[in-house]
Amino acid sequence: MEILKKVHSRNIVKWAKNKKDVYVLSADLTSSVEADLFRDTYPDRFLSMGIAEQNMLAFAGGMAREGLTPFVHTFAVFIYRRAFDQIAMSVAYPNLPVKMVGFLPGVLTPGGATHQAIEDVAVMRALPNMTILETGDATEVESVLDVAYKVKGPVYIRMLRGEIPRLFDPAEPMQFGKARVLNEEKKPDFVLVSSGICTEEGMRARLALADHGVKITHYHISTLKPFDHPEIMEAIANSKYGCITFENHSIIGGLGSIVAECMAEAGPGKKLYRIGLKDTFVHGASKAYLMKEYGIDAMSMIALVEGVTGKEYGIEEHDLAETYTPAIHSDAKAEAL
Amino acid sequence: MNQKQELEVRRAADRIRLRVLEHTVSQNGGYLSQACSSADLFATLYMRVLKLAKLDKPLMPKKFKAVPGPKQKAVTGARFNGNGSPDCDSFILSPAQYALVLYAALIETGRMDARAMKEYNKDGSSVEMIGAEHSPGMEVTTGSLGQGISQAAGIAFARKVRGDKGRVVVMLSDGECQSGEFWEAVQAASYHDLGNLICFVDVNGFQCDGKMTTVMNLEPFDDRLRAFGARVFRIDGHDVQEIERIAKMRPSKKPTFVLCDTDPTRGLPFLKERYPKFHYVRFLDPKDRERYRGYYEKLAAKGDLTATAAIEAEKAAAEKAAAHAAGKEA
Ligand SMILES: Cc1ncc(C[n+]2csc(CCOP(=O)(O)OP(=O)(O)O)c2C)c(N)n1
Repeated sequence: MEILKKVHSRNIVKWAKNKKDVYVLSADLTSSVEADLFRDTYPDRFLSMGIAEQNMLAFAGGMAREGLTPFVHTFAVFIYRRAFDQIAMSVAYPNLPVKMVGFLPGVLTPGGATHQAIEDVAVMRALPNMTILETGDATEVESVLDVAYKVKGPVYIRMLRGEIPRLFDPAEPMQFGKARVLNEEKKPDFVLVSSGICTEEGMRARLALADHGVKITHYHISTLKPFDHPEIMEAIANSKYGCITFENHSIIGGLGSIVAECMAEAGPGKKLYRIGLKDTFVHGASKAYLMKEYGIDAMSMIALVEGVTGKEYGIEEHDLAETYTPAIHSDAKAEAL
Repeated sequence: MNQKQELEVRRAADRIRLRVLEHTVSQNGGYLSQACSSADLFATLYMRVLKLAKLDKPLMPKKFKAVPGPKQKAVTGARFNGNGSPDCDSFILSPAQYALVLYAALIETGRMDARAMKEYNKDGSSVEMIGAEHSPGMEVTTGSLGQGISQAAGIAFARKVRGDKGRVVVMLSDGECQSGEFWEAVQAASYHDLGNLICFVDVNGFQCDGKMTTVMNLEPFDDRLRAFGARVFRIDGHDVQEIERIAKMRPSKKPTFVLCDTDPTRGLPFLKERYPKFHYVRFLDPKDRERYRGYYEKLAAKGDLTATAAIEAEKAAAEKAAAHAAGKEA
């Protein structure tokens, strides 16, 4: 698997070159959110806002009213938790093109409950006018800016940084509102719908289960809102056991809830199994440890499938395809966090 | 405090720096400049200022159990401090990235078992990198900057109503004072006459992005605070005598703020080469790390750190110069 470093850092510099309306706003985490190269390349289009996120978001709303396109950069958690009212009233209500780039979603940070964005999709999704995107690999990090820029209103992005795998062909960039079909079965046992870093886990689990004859159709979602996928509903209706959602987020309000709402309306008549954080806060530890502890890794999905099918496949951790785990102090990131 | 006591405090401060340096080298990174700037403050608070619960022996932190929920009561690290007793002080560490310094301070003042440092940022441990309320010496969860002082003010209000003898002592960093919430808290604490609240700010002048004046200006910090109704002192944050003197002054009706001007390379001058990026020390390459290991070994062999030694030398030189000048005049 190809691993890339600091994809966003380089990409946004190239991408924003001739877009004079694009500004980057940063709240004292400029290197940690890979905006340092942008700052050094286009100092006139970079605004340092200090550790004052509420002001930063409403300030961005003001800029957007006057025709600029602010790309607000900080950790995901400090965007939506700290400045939710500002986002709601100064950005979402007037439907302004403020693009919020949120880093370290879910269990990606060892910083504990204060740093872990575990309900961001839930609360941001409830805001009218809001679009929500999530990146799952390097190809999507490279193409998400284009998608966000073309949306007329506000966009919230769950972004990846540091060392990230390339799961998807660079010739197939992220497309607004389009689900990626990673595997398709005519008569699937399950339909797996995953997002973000959980897609890689889902791919590993699916491959291991395929060896035991379990057929899984797999969709990767990068547009969480709006979500309009009759083809997924149809696949669920045609499946034997139903749908599994898999996300690096609380099962309340995130991808699991999104799919639940659609299923309730479409009526495929199948069950839904949600893998995600089960209505719990999380603490500070490594990503791999937390994914295992809170049951959002490939093995947890395999256990779920075993529970539903009533079979045991004897799959062990080492039977799974390898994932890449960057070192804590990788040189692809500036700080501990 | 007398001279002997002062030396003890300064030695402890140096050992805090040394311990954090050792940790930074062994873990390949760490919040080292925070130790340099605030070690004197932590040592003075834990040895001379805070009213703490008596401990028979240093405590060993428990493993992390679970996040608070229906089956898990919220636990705090207050037993390492005043343990919630009415006569003891509450200690609120607001910039949770300073937890590493706090842990070192607890060890150096005999309140935490030194083996706890091995648990730092380890999976399943409560000795977290960004300290949370279950971490040793942490009484509330403060890693979202700017929230510590508001919680502390609420605690101060409740303790005032209850008539507790203990005060609420808060340690803040300067960058977090850029947030609106900080100023809202100062406004509320002074409006509600929380004279039992005393806040020490480590004004080291740097934040993640570099020098604070190039990120978002906060000065004149002392005047701004005064305008918000607080009682304000601005001191040399490495002057342990002065920290103690102000901490022990009779409280006024208003909350007290002590702005401690500090140097993020204090005691470890080799850090200056990293200017203006002090926030987190990570090594460029293994050679860089080895160089720091060398610094550590040299300092550790000396026992005392440069801070104390340098101050002694400075003092002696100044005295010598003064004596020399006096001799010339006579
Ligand atoms: C609300 C909030 N925004 C951003 C951060 C990320 N963050 C952690 S430490 C830090 C810099 C803090 O600077 P300062 O308060 O001066 O502390 P020091 O540099 O001395 O550690 C930032 C931006 C945070 N923890 N909370």
